[in-house]
Amino acid sequence: MATQFLPPDWPGNFWAHWAVFTAIILVFLLLTVMAFIWFERRAMAIMQSRLGPNRAGPFGIFQPAADALKLLIKEDVVPAAGDKVVHWLAPVVAFVPVMMVFAVVPFQGGALLADLNVGVLYIVAISSLTAVGIFMAGWSSNNKYSLLGAMRQVASVVSYEIPVVLSLIGVILLAGSLSLQQIVQAQEIPFILVQPLGFLLFFCGALAEINRAPFDLTEADSEIVAGFLTEYSGMKFGLLFLAEYGEALAISAIVTTLFLGGWRGPLLPDWLWFLLKVGAVFFFIVWIRTTVPRVRIDQLMALAWKFLFPLALINLLVTAVEILVWPDVSLWLLVPVNFAVMIVLVLLWSKLFKLGWGRVNV
Amino acid sequence: MTTALSGARIAKKFPEAVIESGADSLLLKAESLLEVAGYLKKTPGLDFDYLNYVTAVDYYDYFEVVYQLASIKHNHGLVLKVRCYDRQNPTLPSVVGIWRGADFQEREIYDLLGISFEGHPNLKRIVLWEGFEGHPLRKEFL
Amino acid sequence: MTTKTTREITLPTEPFAVNIGPAHPSTHGVFRMLTTLDGEVILNMEPIFGYLHRGIEKLAEERTYGGCVPLTDRLDYLASMSNNLAYVLAVEKLAGIAVPERAEYIRVIMAELQRIASHLIAIGAFLNDCGAFMTPILYMLREREKILDLFDMVCGQRLTYNYMRVGGVSQDIPEEFAPALKKCLKEMPRWINEYEWLLKENEILLARAKGVGILTREMAINISASGPVLRASGVEWDIRRADPYSIYDRFEFDIPTGKAGDCYDRYRVRVEEMRQSLRILEQALKDLPAGEVRSEVPHLIRPPAGEAYSHIEAPRGDLGFYLVSDGSIAPYRFHVRAPTLINLTALNDMMRGWKVADLILIFGSIDICLAEVDR
Repeated sequence: MATQFLPPDWPGNFWAHWAVFTAIILVFLLLTVMAFIWFERRAMAIMQSRLGPNRAGPFGIFQPAADALKLLIKEDVVPAAGDKVVHWLAPVVAFVPVMMVFAVVPFQGGALLADLNVGVLYIVAISSLTAVGIFMAGWSSNNKYSLLGAMRQVASVVSYEIPVVLSLIGVILLAGSLSLQQIVQAQEIPFILVQPLGFLLFFCGALAEINRAPFDLTEADSEIVAGFLTEYSGMKFGLLFLAEYGEALAISAIVTTLFLGGWRGPLLPDWLWFLLKVGAVFFFIVWIRTTVPRVRIDQLMALAWKFLFPLALINLLVTAVEILVWPDVSLWLLVPVNFAVMIVLVLLWSKLFKLGWGRVNV
Repeated sequence: MTTALSGARIAKKFPEAVIESGADSLLLKAESLLEVAGYLKKTPGLDFDYLNYVTAVDYYDYFEVVYQLASIKHNHGLVLKVRCYDRQNPTLPSVVGIWRGADFQEREIYDLLGISFEGHPNLKRIVLWEGFEGHPLRKEFL
Repeated sequence: MTTKTTREITLPTEPFAVNIGPAHPSTHGVFRMLTTLDGEVILNMEPIFGYLHRGIEKLAEERTYGGCVPLTDRLDYLASMSNNLAYVLAVEKLAGIAVPERAEYIRVIMAELQRIASHLIAIGAFLNDCGAFMTPILYMLREREKILDLFDMVCGQRLTYNYMRVGGVSQDIPEEFAPALKKCLKEMPRWINEYEWLLKENEILLARAKGVGILTREMAINISASGPVLRASGVEWDIRRADPYSIYDRFEFDIPTGKAGDCYDRYRVRVEEMRQSLRILEQALKDLPAGEVRSEVPHLIRPPAGEAYSHIEAPRGDLGFYLVSDGSIAPYRFHVRAPTLINLTALNDMMRGWKVADLILIFGSIDICLAEVDR
């Protein structure tokens, strides 16, 4: 399929390239996050047999804009006994890494801010910084509920980094490169078919890292009020909230690039394929949120360490063996083998492993 | 149908504890309440293991505390009554050690009527706030 | 599956006291729990309530027997019909008033519809506490709307009905009621099956609720628990069977019981009770006779001096009214045996050793209504 490949320093000047793409990333991020907020509320509402926002503009399209306006004009309440500098910095530290992830995601063939040849490593490193921001938010609020929420968050992010990274290595082995652009180019068939177990592990781990259901215990409404967000109001709350949806967008973009084939697709223009795929992954995330209840913190940890981590190791082993033993085989032949491995492993492991401790003797 | 046991058998076993044995209730002396209650709970054939409710009524001369017991196994019931003639500082033994379900109900009687229960582990006001003066359900309150 | 693990605390930590409530998005009403936590593990929990105490027992001493019926509406406002029924049964026992056949059947129909409506909210709120963000409770509210429309048709009210009167019910059911009820009965089993299909074997629900918050059989009887809480612990004690009131001895229905007494069993018992209520409703609707709906009762009832106690199986447990009369137009003593207050006795024991997330779940599975706890 002939795709237009943009040269690495389009439109000619290095600084112009940087300026244009920074603008594109910022606009894309903010607009898409607003669109995602609207989409989530409408989709969830329709799945719950109610309507969702439908007053602010046709089909409620301007609802996120109305929310943002409301947050901007609200009073900024800072807890008197909290750490004020940390309180002010926390939303910033939480939001900036999300923007930085998009520097290496290709929107189209060659259309990315910087084609780092360590793209995946960069993403993994940067995306962990958000957890620091959230912990800062929980700590500086001087509130027991916030601290509980922040502790849960740190525990879950640290636990889930490992299976997430290990499941990505399978993709890297298949593509032979850490650069996202080359991974997309290597996907003759989308890697979701060749690495089904890796996809499941990455998706599950990523949901836990971005605190979406069923792993949204750090902001469990019904338990600890709003967790680390309790003491935030006004635009700081808005920024933390945007950071959460931005992370969901980042995960959708990463899943699209690494597993679904990025911008590849027939007929439609490439950037449109990218947007559609990102939208489809996000819809799936919203669907899961509407349907399942949430797990408890010790069940979350047990899932990471006892279930995802061993399976990620085994997935890595199987993929490495396949690549060593059959270096030139067509990817289509690996598909049924990997699917069979996934089904056997998932069934076997779910019989053997138990979710969480039980009651502690006090 | 929950059969209502007559108190005649209990009256025969504890003649000095029972003041009067009516058609549907048994009036006991306050001091012997725990003894009779323990007997009712542990005796096979009676097995009154379920305390339906504990409540108290303020008749102007005395307070009357009513206990309704039931047996899940035999499906029969019995009503015990105890009277307390002291209006300044009424005290009765607590049955919390025998039926734990009396816990909150005795606290409520203490809160609203002022009857103290000896042996209750946590006798504080339950529906009104600490520091409330008086006992609302008493007839002289309002 | 619960395993009893003893965890040795090797790092020196200090337990801290957290106050959960009274205003909280999840406690069902204004209920304060003073918990002592060690990290996430609950060491002790003290319930503090009374924020909704309105002195109903004292207020009733100033109202006539008929005038107390609206007071009973506001006891457990999610099951008003049941409260009305329990109270008027007690007055009728005290005064020796007979009720016409048609009124008895209508009362049974209303009570069972109320049971379904109340359990829908109970299950929905429980699942909301599990974290299934509003989806189950919104589906169940959709079914509850149909039942509330039926109640609206009969007495014009959706929450506090004030429908039962001493001697019968206040007015006859309109013509469109029976066909609407038939339609509802035909569709409801399908919706209950849909909820079951989505939730019964859900991995996460099983992991959260199975084995959590166990109330053993001996403890349940000792604390005088009643209703679904008692039956989930394995005790087959339902007032409709054990001490039948009204005309319940004419209907055929089963009593669902659980085995383990955990949150999951309480949820299952409530779902099965809804199915049994549908069975009773079909039988009652089929046999509904014609006739009067209220017997001749004077406006100001003066029952002879004496006392009476009458209890029913309300959705939340064994609701009873103890009335003492001195021959005047107002009750001398009006006591409500509140099932939810008594069910709360073992809350501390059920919660110790579990985590904060389970605290909300266990509390939700007992299904209390603060208005009845505090009266």
